[in-house]
Amino acid sequence: MLKFTEDHEWLNIVDGVATVGITTHAVEQLGDLVFVDLPEVGAKLSKGDPAATVESVKAASDVYCPLDGKIVAVNDALTDDPSIVNADALGAGWFFKLELARVEDADGLMEEDAYQALVG
Amino acid sequence: MDDSTTLKKTPLTALSVELGGKMVGFAGYEMPVQFPEGVLKEHLHTRSKAGLFDVSHMGQVILRPRSGHVEDASLALERLVPVDILGLKPGRQRYALFTAADGGILDDLMVANRGDHLFVVVNAACKKQDVAHMRDNLSDVCEVVELTDRALVALQGPAAESALAALAPEVAGMVFMDVREVLILGVPCIVSRSGYSGEDGYEVSVPEASAEAFVRALLANPDVHPVGLGARDSLRLEAGLCLYGNDIDTGTTPVAAALEWAVQKVRRTGGARAGGFPGADVILPEFEQGASRRRVGIAPEGRAPIRGGIDLYADEISTGPVGHITSGGFGPTAEAPVAMGYVAASLSDIGTRLYAEQRGRRMPVTIAALPFVPPKYKR
Repeated sequence: MLKFTEDHEWLNIVDGVATVGITTHAVEQLGDLVFVDLPEVGAKLSKGDPAATVESVKAASDVYCPLDGKIVAVNDALTDDPSIVNADALGAGWFFKLELARVEDADGLMEEDAYQALVG
Repeated sequence: MDDSTTLKKTPLTALSVELGGKMVGFAGYEMPVQFPEGVLKEHLHTRSKAGLFDVSHMGQVILRPRSGHVEDASLALERLVPVDILGLKPGRQRYALFTAADGGILDDLMVANRGDHLFVVVNAACKKQDVAHMRDNLSDVCEVVELTDRALVALQGPAAESALAALAPEVAGMVFMDVREVLILGVPCIVSRSGYSGEDGYEVSVPEASAEAFVRALLANPDVHPVGLGARDSLRLEAGLCLYGNDIDTGTTPVAAALEWAVQKVRRTGGARAGGFPGADVILPEFEQGASRRRVGIAPEGRAPIRGGIDLYADEISTGPVGHITSGGFGPTAEAPVAMGYVAASLSDIGTRLYAEQRGRRMPVTIAALPFVPPKYKR
């Protein structure tokens, strides 16, 4: 189940665990990423908490936790090579895996067509 | 962009848009921050081949001596800058600073001796007050003429010489800070071998009607790529060069800014033309006594860029900052975050470890030698 947020994150939810990254649109806005700061595995975060930070050649941006849950994995490869996000935002450029507190919370997020309409 | 109607255009704005430039407002002008290649690749291309920058937003001003003798204009300008202008030979250019009565810096600029007049290039954001400042203080000796009908194009990088020499072979014979009038595509241009990237290269003042044809001719060379303000900033930061408004301003003196090299001995205490510029009573004693704080290079130890405005601390717990970052970002050539800022003079030695507070965490940083990337000027 692929979902999107207004903060330009994508969630691929399988068995109550969401793999979270930022959208191609977000990456195009940010430009070349040079730094990614990821959350601690085990951290319990609420929706809207800053979960990760990305720095591009232009500016720093927070990546917010899209739903309540617990971080169960992070993509350490991004720490060494942030350009993976530019190259493959929706795949190899994932940021973290979030074990959702309540899977049904995802029902409130956008489907892909709604997100595409948002970013036009 | 709501403000696009109020932003001024340069003679090259339309071409920048045509080339896919992402346009932003900068110092009142509509300028490209990047092209489709992106800031990182534009930066690296400039260091490996050649980058072409529209810098037409900067102010171009002629100081024409009423007497006909350029020495009179040079001596007059020395009233406003702590720099040896009289000693600047025809065909040569030099970096200068407009100082204020309290020792602060009003702007930084380039001054060229063009034989019978001086040619001055000032920052876009300051040009209105700079021109007024020169009119108010130099009009008895000089006619102050702002050139509003010329573009300014910077071509920077190791391939700049071959690219420009293909249009005007004589530029290959120029060295760093030479200035000449050169016929390019049949049009008289003012060419200086200078720039603000740390690379060899040129800045070319070209009549606005000919600017686009000139730039298109350069861009026809595959070594030359258009570069925006984003990479211009990361290039100058790696080169340790100050951005007025960030790294120097009315609150920084030349010595605090580590710009002693811009004040030649002849204008310092004991020199033949010592003082005689605004703030000399504050600025000159600092050459002996030092300033209480100093501009330094700052190398963050981690991968995270540390940007302007962030405070620096002596250790991980103390509450009072000992300095702050004025410019910072990722250095694509340094392959690491790079920054500069001001710290207390006692903490300004290279190798001193300090801490930058970012996102609630204290990140270790080290005072580093400037520049981060060695200059490639052709001396």
